[in-house]
Formats: sequence, structure tokens, C-alpha cells
Amino acid sequence: MTVEFTRSEAPYLTPSVNVADMMLQVLLALVPAILAHMWYFGPGILFNLVVAAIFCVAGEAFMMRARGRDPMLALSDYSALVTAALLAFALPSLTPWWVTATGALFGVVVAKHLYGGIGFNVFNPAMAGYVVILVAFPMQMNLWVAPSMGDIDYIRPSLAQTLVYTLTGNLPEALSFDAVSRATPLDAMQSGLRNLQTYAEIRANPMMGDFGGRGWEWIGNFVAIGGCWLLLRKIIRWQIPTGVFLGLLVPAGILYFADPSTHASPGFHLFSGATILCAFFIATDPVSAATSPKGRFIYGLGIGLLIFVIRRWGAYADGVAFAVLLMNMATPAIDYLTRPHIVGHARKQNTP
Amino acid sequence: MSAPTYDLGKLHGGMRLPANKLASTHDPIRKMPLPAQLILPIAQHVGDPALPIVAIGEQVLKGQLIAEPGGKLSAPVHASSSGTIVAIEPWPVSRRYGDKAPCIVIDCDGEDRAIASVTDQPAWESLSANELLARILQGGIVGLGGAVFPTAQKLMQALSCELKYLILNGVECEPYISCDDMLMREYSAEVLGGARILMHALGLDLCYVVVESDKPQALRRLGEQLALLGDARIVLKQVPTIYPSGGEDQLVQLVTNLEVPSGGLPTDVGCLVQNVGTAAAIYDWIVQGKPLLSRITTVTGDGVVHPMNVEARIGTLVADIVRFAGGYTEHARQLIIGGPMTGKAMSTDLVPLVKASNCVLVLSATPSIGAKSPCIRCGDCAAVCPVQLLPQQLYRYSCADDEKKLRLHGLTDCIECGCCDLVCPSHIPLTAEFRVAKARIREQADEKARAERARFRFEARNQRMETEQRAREQQLAQQRDTARQAGPAEIAAILQRKQQQQDGD
Repeated sequence: MTVEFTRSEAPYLTPSVNVADMMLQVLLALVPAILAHMWYFGPGILFNLVVAAIFCVAGEAFMMRARGRDPMLALSDYSALVTAALLAFALPSLTPWWVTATGALFGVVVAKHLYGGIGFNVFNPAMAGYVVILVAFPMQMNLWVAPSMGDIDYIRPSLAQTLVYTLTGNLPEALSFDAVSRATPLDAMQSGLRNLQTYAEIRANPMMGDFGGRGWEWIGNFVAIGGCWLLLRKIIRWQIPTGVFLGLLVPAGILYFADPSTHASPGFHLFSGATILCAFFIATDPVSAATSPKGRFIYGLGIGLLIFVIRRWGAYADGVAFAVLLMNMATPAIDYLTRPHIVGHARKQNTP
Repeated sequence: MSAPTYDLGKLHGGMRLPANKLASTHDPIRKMPLPAQLILPIAQHVGDPALPIVAIGEQVLKGQLIAEPGGKLSAPVHASSSGTIVAIEPWPVSRRYGDKAPCIVIDCDGEDRAIASVTDQPAWESLSANELLARILQGGIVGLGGAVFPTAQKLMQALSCELKYLILNGVECEPYISCDDMLMREYSAEVLGGARILMHALGLDLCYVVVESDKPQALRRLGEQLALLGDARIVLKQVPTIYPSGGEDQLVQLVTNLEVPSGGLPTDVGCLVQNVGTAAAIYDWIVQGKPLLSRITTVTGDGVVHPMNVEARIGTLVADIVRFAGGYTEHARQLIIGGPMTGKAMSTDLVPLVKASNCVLVLSATPSIGAKSPCIRCGDCAAVCPVQLLPQQLYRYSCADDEKKLRLHGLTDCIECGCCDLVCPSHIPLTAEFRVAKARIREQADEKARAERARFRFEARNQRMETEQRAREQQLAQQRDTARQAGPAEIAAILQRKQQQQDGD
């Protein structure tokens, strides 16, 4: 019997992983946090998610076609959905659709595809999109509904009201923004400290929880659960999260212990804003992050430090997006300078 | 029995792969009957091909030298059985993926008559290193782990180095392959005997026999044999089952915690590594006078009916070996000589078994995993790279054809183990990419060297012409000076000379 043999190159075993699976697991890891977000802030994030997903996918499909490629090639890896999910997480629960759409389109069309699509984007698409709307729609981006903590006088927009706001940008008369919106804990902390209130005074506000803001800190916990699962699944590695936490908490800790009245505690920094989301989900975007193991740690460290600097002395209450984008720019240099020791080469300390 | 020891150095990365070895280790090694024809490639080793010294029509005996070493780095070829030389012609060979290379073809007479062996050899213990090396060269012994480096030359090089350890490589880390495992189970005395000969030749007092933890029977047999032998200089070492710990440099690192320098050899850190099969072959030749005429090979994969280990004559067609193992199953689509990570896919099964062929792997079609997508720089490849390279960066610079960056990131240190391919979520054939990039760099280097030589010639020529020009000018100037300083008598003489020249024309 003669057998026709196919000739290919070693290795002949096949990989059991693929990009789509990785992205799906990232999305799955966000589910607990999405549920927690809905519990505290209402269904707004769902609408944001849907709007962001529609425009990310449409933007990607359009750009793939414009670049003369099959849109399914890009869409089948679900990376556009991950971008949409991260963007939706960054937005206030009440966000008009055109704001979300602007961010989604800028992230996918400009930050991702104009740089060559997945694998070639210099900047994190979700954060690039977020920064654009933060600058373009400052008013909408600062209206955060207060988290529900079972207070008696708490008013929360219903599902229908949220939908109407998402579609029109208007709330019914009875629900004025003054009634539903609150400063975020990070806003309160930043302006409080600038108005020479002590940390303890600011913390006395009932919106503050055990460490960060009430509600916020619990969402943080659920984000961390998803993040730890990704670590266990080896979808992400420990270097970046550890770097982010150390970069933020070490300087925050030093200043706090030097003068606890004028500086927020490390616990507050950890459980406020998007710190935990950044550490596990945003900074860990492999395409725009540094790629050598040591480089990733330094990259994370830089992000953490920049978050701290922006929160403490910057113009924005949270600095995650700017910190990530700034460190994105530094990745080529970081990768060049942190090449690992190649087995068989002289150790660096041995060379002059 | 001697228990194996475990204290080990560290190896970066590596992978736990599904072993797939059980199918071929059920039964003992099966001896394959003599085939009707033997095809013996004259290049079965690294270095220069051997030179045939037989003529077509000549009768040869088993063990007779039919091609002698063809250069400084070379090995001889012996007739694996008795018969008639019927052709010396190009034939498909595994080294060239089934393309043709010169081979000596023997029609066996089936009598398997051996050449009279030299029986009055003195015992190996009384031979000097040089005498042993000369004998090993004559035996046509080459590294049987797959690299097929002529053993005598390897030992010769090692003798010029300061050695500390002999390491016998019984790791056999690639999936499917089990020929060394079976060899250690059934020929443990030969393996350890070979180790002692090597230690004697090299003047060494320490030999590690290193075996992976997934070969408990081999470890037990070696341990029992070692206890019988009572040689305290030989230490059995068990290493975890991680691919590619059986790579020569990786094994040295694992056993001694020393890194073999880039571009260097294990002897640079005092180690000489030999495959267990090579050690057994040395014992067979030196002690029993049997040159390397056969080897154990694993016939396995889901494309073979009865996976097994067979001992077959060098020169047996792979098609015959598969037939001996029950033939192909209906799934058979790929024929690989070697393992699934580093082996070579053949276009035909009419290639002969050579000294390097440790495995005949027949696999079904590779499952379709979709086209490759862009690298997302996840870094999983860097996590498994045993040399601690950054394959994601190498790939980027390879696409950009940036030779300088490729060198900086250690492309030439890549051992092509294939681990990065297996973890790549984008399904990029990284190893194949790096092979091409390496070849390109080599070409560019050659090109550069050629250009350098041409430039050198050009400059030398320019300089030569310049010197000549200057000499000519100097001469002319001198003549002018003499003419200027000349008195009437000299002028008359010059004029007369000119006149005579004109008359002569």
C-alpha cells in the first residue's frame, strides 16, 4: 500500500490555546464585577456595555473592510468585545450613548486599526477611547450615580429611566442630577485634601467605606476575584498586577505614614477608582504592555506610580487611563533595556 | 541496587508534554529479520561524507568497511550484512526529507556472513586513550541521540579540555520516542560498560547517568546493574520529565547548574555528554567487536498498527520497518523521522534507516487549527523558552528583517526545540520562522564576507596601481632631473641613442 505523506515543518504537535479563548476568558472573568456593578450602580453598565460592544464591533468590521481584509478575521478573536467591556467599566453608569460611541470608535478605529490592528497598537484602545471622551465630554464623565447601600432616602433611576437617559441624555423632571449624582470618593478625597480638610474628616463622610468608597470597594473585590482567576489560568502573569500595586501603594504608604492627616491611606488608593481593574485587566493588555518579564514588572510599577502622582497632584481624580497611556509610550524602551539573560551568555555584572 | 540522586540545577521554561510512549514500550525490543536490500547513505553523520571504497558487483561481508572517512570530521560506513554491491547512486534519505543523496545499495545474500573479527585485541583497560579513539573511529560510531556527531572526534576534542564529568544522556524527553528507554531496560550492562570505557579513555572519575522520571523501569535496571558492577564512580541521576531537558546544553545545565557558553560546547564547562545508545555501541564494538550495524528505533504513532521498538540493520527501508510493525493504519498521513518536536517529515517511506534514526513516527493529519493571527505579545513563548529568549521579540524583528536586533536578542542561541510554537495562541510557526531567519543571517554573513573579500582585493589593486604610478612618476622625474643637469656631452649621447632607435625602426 502506498501512502501519500504531507510534508510540513517541526514541531508536528499543535497548540491547544488560541487568542479567542484567551479573550473569552477575560470577558468571563469580568462577569462577577459586572454583576457587582449592577448591584451598586444599577443597570447602567449593561447599556454602556451594549453600546460600546456595538460600536467597537462595527468600528472593527468597518476598518477591516477599509483595509481590504475579511472582517471575520478580526472579529472572531473577541478582542473588540474586551475593549468594549473595559471601556464600559470606565464610564459612569449613566452615560449617553453618543459619548460611549465616541470612545468606542476612537479606541478601535484610531488607537487600534490605524496602527495596524491587534498586535500592532501602541496604545491600549479602551484607555485611548476613554481619555478622548474624558476630555471631550467632561460634564457627562463626571456624573456618577451614588452607589446603593440600602439607605432610606436613596433614589436610583429605574431600568426604564436609565435606558431613556442612555438614549437621550435626559433624566425625568423628578430625578434631577442633583438628586442622584454624587462626587466619587476619589473626587471627594482630592478636593477635600486640597481644601485643607484632614484625611479623617473626609473619611467621616458616609460615602466612605472601610477602605475606599462604599460600594466601590466591593466592586473592587469582585474584579480581584476575576483577576485572580485569570492569574490561575495563566492568561495574565503576576508581574504587571504586582508592579501596579507596589507602584501605587508603596509611595502612598510612605506619605501616609509620614503624615496621615494630609494623605490618603494605601487602602483607600487600592480600593478606590479603577486601581484593581487596572492592575488585573487594563494594564495587562499584552499588546500595549511591555513584553519581557522584568519589563512587565517595571511597566506595572510605572503605571502604579503615575496613578499615585496624578491622584495626588494631578488635575484628574483617578489617573489610570493617563498612567497606562504614558507607560504604553515607554514600552519599547523598557523592552529594550530589560532583555532577560540569555542562557550561555555572560551575565551582565561580568561585563564591564 | 543504587538509588538515583536528585540534586539538580535549574532549567528555564520547558514543557510537560503528553508522553505517548506507552504504546511502544509494551513489548520487548523486536529484532527485525534481514531485508532483501540495504541502502547505506555515505553521509550518516555530521561532517564530510564517507568515500566509497567498493565497486559495483563486489561481494561484501557483514561488518566490512565499504566507505572510509572522507575528511577530518567524518565517519566510516560498514556493510550491515553480507551480499553484493549493486549500485552506488542517489536515493531518498531522511536527512534531506526524502530527497536524494548518494547511497551504496547492497543486495543481501541472506547468509549474513560476518567478516573475521580481530579476536586477539587486548582488553580495553590496557589501551591508551589514543588507541581507544582510533578504534572508536574505525567502528563508525557516531552520536546516536540524533545529532550523529562522529564520536571519535568528539572525544578527541574533549581530551584537549579540562573535563570533570562524563554525562550519559538517557533523558529522551521528546514524546513518542522510547528507544533509549528500551535500550536501558534491556542493555543496561552495555550502557554502563560503555560508560566505563569512556571514563577510561578520558581519564575521568565521575559519570552521571541521567534518566527522566517517567522511565522507572530503566532506572531500576540501571540501578541493579550498577549494584552488580559496584563502580562508585558512576552515579545515577533522575531528572523531572520536562521537555527539552535532553538537549545537550540543557542537560549540562540541569545536572551541573553551569551554562554552556553561547556558541561553545559542554566541554567548555568540563562536561562531555554522550547518549546512552552511543555508550552501548562503544561497548559492543570495543568489547564484543560488533561495529555499529544496527540500531534500536521506535516505530509508533497513530498511523502504525502495532507500535513497538525494533532493532533493525542500518540501511533497512523505513517502509519495511513499518510493514514489520503491522503496516499503516488508515489515518497515516505524516511520516516523521525523529520526534514530533524536532523530527523531519518525509515525502516518501523509501528512505533507509540510518544511524541517526531514533524514531519512525507515523501520525494522522494535523488537526486544522486555523490560520495564524498577529502576535499579541502575550509572552507565553518567553515563559517556556529553555534558553530564555524572547520569541515574541525575535518574531517581530524577523518580520522586519532587522539583523542587528535579531543578533542582540540571541536568534543564534535558539535551539529550535519547538516549545514556543506549542504555546502560541496566535498559532505562529515560530520555530520555522527562526530557522528561515537564521539561514538568512548566515547568507547575509556570507554575502558580507564575500563583499569584504572583494573590497579587500579592490583596495589592494588600487594601492598596487597607485604604487606603480608613483614609481613611474618618480622614474620620469629622475630622468627629467638627469636630463636637466646633463652637460653637452650627455645630451649628444642621448640624441645619438634616439637616432639609433629611429634608424632601427
